[in-house]
Amino acid sequence: MLIKTIFAGFGGQGVLSMGLNLAQAAMTEGKEVTYLPSYGAEVRGGTANCTVTISDEEIASPVASSPEFVVALNQPSLVRFQNQIQSGGIFFINSSITEARTTRGDIELIEVPASEMAEKMGNPKGVNTVMLGAFIKKSNLVSLDSLLKGLEDSFKKKPKLIDINKKALKMGFDLF
Amino acid sequence: MTKTLMYGNTAIGEAAIRAGCQCYFGYPITPQNELTEYMATHLSRRKGCAFVQAESEIAAINMVYGASLAGVRVMTSSSSPGISLKQEGISYLAACELPAVIVNMSRGGPGLGSISAAQSDYFQSTRGGGHGDYRTIVLAPSSVQELADLTHRAFDLADKYMIPVILLGDGMLGQMMEPIEFKHEAPRKLPIRERAVRGAKGRPSRIIKTFTSKPTEMEEINWSLFRRYQLIKKNETTFETYMVEDAELIIVAFGASARIAKGAIRNARAEGLKVGMLMPVTLWPFPYEKIKELGRDTKQFLVFEMNMGQMLEDVQLALEGKREISFYGRPGGVIPTPSEVLRVISRLYHQKGLKKAK
Repeated sequence: MLIKTIFAGFGGQGVLSMGLNLAQAAMTEGKEVTYLPSYGAEVRGGTANCTVTISDEEIASPVASSPEFVVALNQPSLVRFQNQIQSGGIFFINSSITEARTTRGDIELIEVPASEMAEKMGNPKGVNTVMLGAFIKKSNLVSLDSLLKGLEDSFKKKPKLIDINKKALKMGFDLF
Repeated sequence: MTKTLMYGNTAIGEAAIRAGCQCYFGYPITPQNELTEYMATHLSRRKGCAFVQAESEIAAINMVYGASLAGVRVMTSSSSPGISLKQEGISYLAACELPAVIVNMSRGGPGLGSISAAQSDYFQSTRGGGHGDYRTIVLAPSSVQELADLTHRAFDLADKYMIPVILLGDGMLGQMMEPIEFKHEAPRKLPIRERAVRGAKGRPSRIIKTFTSKPTEMEEINWSLFRRYQLIKKNETTFETYMVEDAELIIVAFGASARIAKGAIRNARAEGLKVGMLMPVTLWPFPYEKIKELGRDTKQFLVFEMNMGQMLEDVQLALEGKREISFYGRPGGVIPTPSEVLRVISRLYHQKGLKKAK
């Protein structure tokens, strides 16, 4: 197994921490993993992205030219990455703020109204966590349990946020 | 020990602190800023340690010179254009036999280049970018774990041979995260190094300088350095091999391109192509002997680098024109994919009529 995922969205939507949480969970499950954030002439409010590679064996390159999965939290990311996805791959989009385009018939489109769901549960910053829940349900890359444990670690310094994020994660997970 | 997920750059910082690095001087440049940031946060808090963000790369390398004179373990880091600025200082360190660790998380060049990963500083690192007849040990890691391990080794080698050591990484290794474990639990307390200049109370004063007006004296210094370089070549040449035993084609690659090549080789093997790899860990001293030895059984070699062919020249020297060497490279900061390298392997394999596994 060698699976590459690109997480993309606006800077500030938490795309980098989505990737990081996934990478942490994969590591605790004993898998090989690399995490590569994008860096470059990105600006505030522009797009941010990161690539997470999970494998059973040594990972040759952390870079993904044709990822199996892409998670797009906003419209610019949808446009930018839709043509990179491997044929047969899955495109996860935040349908609350994107217009789904079906220009490609060879990939699966998963629409998650992540912004609306996060808003409704009173946690508008939890868009990424809702999406991550839906993502691991569909991708089966790591278990919900390892991710929940990982959330506890990443919010160690802000314990108040643990429960609300666990809730967001489960909400996304239970969507499908 | 449990593994932690760390950036390559921060792993170097933590490994350096655990190796007893007491001083860090640097000037920011992408793609190695996480290292400077890590040292600012962690080293500056430690007792008896110093972190200075210098006003320039040149200032930083000269602070390294000063700290090394005082006998402590010291490090600086930068990326390609910044490393060019440090070359005068490195030459002075070499002349005065002062240990130091210099990290180059290299990027595309020439000039200001690009901020993506490249390996185009091979010549500069292995031939000495500064003036004079000197060498530096050059270590080339290919993963975050190796960045940490080789940082530790760099400090040990620097002290053992009283020589500047260059850790040659790249923007990709520095900016990616991988699970790693540190092999050394706590920072060690190191004895004050011999020849340190820390006040001459109760002993004759020491003068450490790089200039003499007598050519014969300078010649003696060069001879003495050269004898040490011979010793380093004999003792410290390090490499790794991967599936070379039955290989019809051997790829020679270092650092990031070695891990990419390894992925390509795994897939090539699945197709029955007998491909192996030699990865130099020390770029200087270079494993000429090992490559020569591999050339006895294997006729075809492919050098793969993220530049236009620099280590290629060392492989040519090693094989003495007796074996065929092909080259594949991507310069400027483009990171090639394993499938791209696999296509090169398949083409070569077919072109040269090499035997497949039964």
